[in-house]
Amino acid sequence: MAASITHRVTGSGMATVGTLLFVWWLVALASGPAAYGLFLDVFTVKSGALNVVGYIFGIGLTLSFFQHMSSGIRHLFLDQGANFELKANKTTAQLTYVAAIVLTAAFWAFIIWGKTNG
Amino acid sequence: MGNGTSIGRVRGLGPAKEGTHHWWHQRLTAGANLVLMIWFVVSVALLPAYDFETVRHWMGQTQVAVPLILLVASTFYHFRLGLQVVIEDYQHDETHIVLMILLNFFTLAAGTTAIFSILKIAFSAGAAL
Repeated sequence: MAASITHRVTGSGMATVGTLLFVWWLVALASGPAAYGLFLDVFTVKSGALNVVGYIFGIGLTLSFFQHMSSGIRHLFLDQGANFELKANKTTAQLTYVAAIVLTAAFWAFIIWGKTNG
Repeated sequence: MGNGTSIGRVRGLGPAKEGTHHWWHQRLTAGANLVLMIWFVVSVALLPAYDFETVRHWMGQTQVAVPLILLVASTFYHFRLGLQVVIEDYQHDETHIVLMILLNFFTLAAGTTAIFSILKIAFSAGAAL
């Protein structure tokens, strides 16, 4: 139940907020350094680190993506007629949340601390 | 439909005359999205920095621009199909039609803008900005 509505909410969120930010990023990059600088200024501080807005949208969108991806993979198995036993069905639903949180944490840990030049 | 079997006479005779392409395309694009988005997330994570020159140089390469355009086509078509289901499930009056038109406009406008931007970057790669 919860996994189903989460799939819809994360999908709808990425389709609207995610699409607008993605297209803005591409347009800014195509337009030039000034437009790209404006995009960066909204989400980062001078040092290049994320500001509060950057963290909210960055973590919000990546968490949505990894949740939607995990849940989507689970759906592909359900489409085959597999995994309808109550216990396994519930366990895999809960696993999508675990996978989403772990993958999001790993992604940001790599972005923030994984670069050799800091 | 002739005088075939019972199932043969009714197959495809629902109000839409067909019914599986929406469902199938959603799964097809889901598989494509999985591959393309993993490529995108890993590639972005591996970028040495996120300043204008670095990102623009990265996107100007053919082997980045082409999969990125495919990603736009696949993910945008996928969310167009997904939001249609959301609209159909929660809107039952005329607003359903208005929302579907807005959804189509939004998807096409955003998709065209995204692909144009990627092409502009790729075609001007190496040129003075």
